[in-house]
Amino acid sequence: MLHIINKSPLDRPSLDTVLQTAASGAILLIEDGVYAATCGNAVEARLKNAMGTLKVYALGPDLDARGVADRVTEGVTVVGYDGFVDLVAEHKTSQSWL
Amino acid sequence: MSTIKKFLFVNRKAPYGTVYALESLEVVLIGAAFEQDVSLAFMDDGVYQLKKGHQTKGIGMKGFEKTYGALEDYDVTKLYVDQESMAARGLTPDDLCVPVEMMPRADMGKLMEEQDVVLSF
Amino acid sequence: MIFSILVNEGPYTHQASDTAFNFTMAALAKGHRIFRVFFYHDGVNNGTRLTTPPQDDRNIVARWSKLAQESELDLVVCVAAAQRRGIVDDGEAKRNGKDATNLAPGFRISGLGQLIEAGIQSDRIVTFGD
Repeated sequence: MLHIINKSPLDRPSLDTVLQTAASGAILLIEDGVYAATCGNAVEARLKNAMGTLKVYALGPDLDARGVADRVTEGVTVVGYDGFVDLVAEHKTSQSWL
Repeated sequence: MSTIKKFLFVNRKAPYGTVYALESLEVVLIGAAFEQDVSLAFMDDGVYQLKKGHQTKGIGMKGFEKTYGALEDYDVTKLYVDQESMAARGLTPDDLCVPVEMMPRADMGKLMEEQDVVLSF
Repeated sequence: MIFSILVNEGPYTHQASDTAFNFTMAALAKGHRIFRVFFYHDGVNNGTRLTTPPQDDRNIVARWSKLAQESELDLVVCVAAAQRRGIVDDGEAKRNGKDATNLAPGFRISGLGQLIEAGIQSDRIVTFGD
């Protein structure tokens, strides 16, 4: 399953809830969710820890818009909208953690 | 339309503060009317939707606690509540307005994986 | 592959409609079919033709309308959510005695059954909201 997160991890618990819920699949960080993919963020260690079981992606245009594309956490794959479409197609279901 | 899919509605928002809980229920009822295999999950602040004893007169909004009780009439009987979310809010099943199945978070993840359509409100 | 899109927030306050639009464009460019875009909650506000953003801003509503025309997209606004928020077409205006309509071209108003049907008929459904 593809877990889509659009909230900053310091504003809402979406990321932590997903990390505790999802056993496999992928996380795609979009909109304000991309802040979770930046190094130095308080959730960095937890995100890296999850990378053993979950693939982590972040939407490039959202990183760019927020001026944080140069500080993406190691191990996070940056994708464009076309990559977003591919991720949705590759996973049987997607869930947006609004 | 004979296809039956497994629909899971994930409720993660508290009632009244925003409209999501109420409008999610409306989708659930339509999903049941289409004779789909409907389940509901309650996580994070969504567990507050099921807290019994809503008294909405003072805020001038229509209460919809009764709708959860009526779900059974629509053959919607699979209500799963995230244990960790309940514990974090000091709630127990006795605090809820309908019978539910308490589920550890990891099992909730497995439940989600089994679905055809997941709509999260 | 057949996709459907659910948009739960209106234009301009949340990024949801922008992201949904960019996703839809990318999916079409990749040759996927969009079965339906369904607008729910405040998302119904994406369907008012009275939107008038400044000239140097994107016109979110017109953009959806244009895409609907070019790609034969089915843009459906939830009737119950639309009635609450004052999104009205000719039929709804007559039924409810309203003196104006504001539904943008390319959009149509219909019931929540259209969302469930989209879930049944599509291989994938993606939600955008807040």
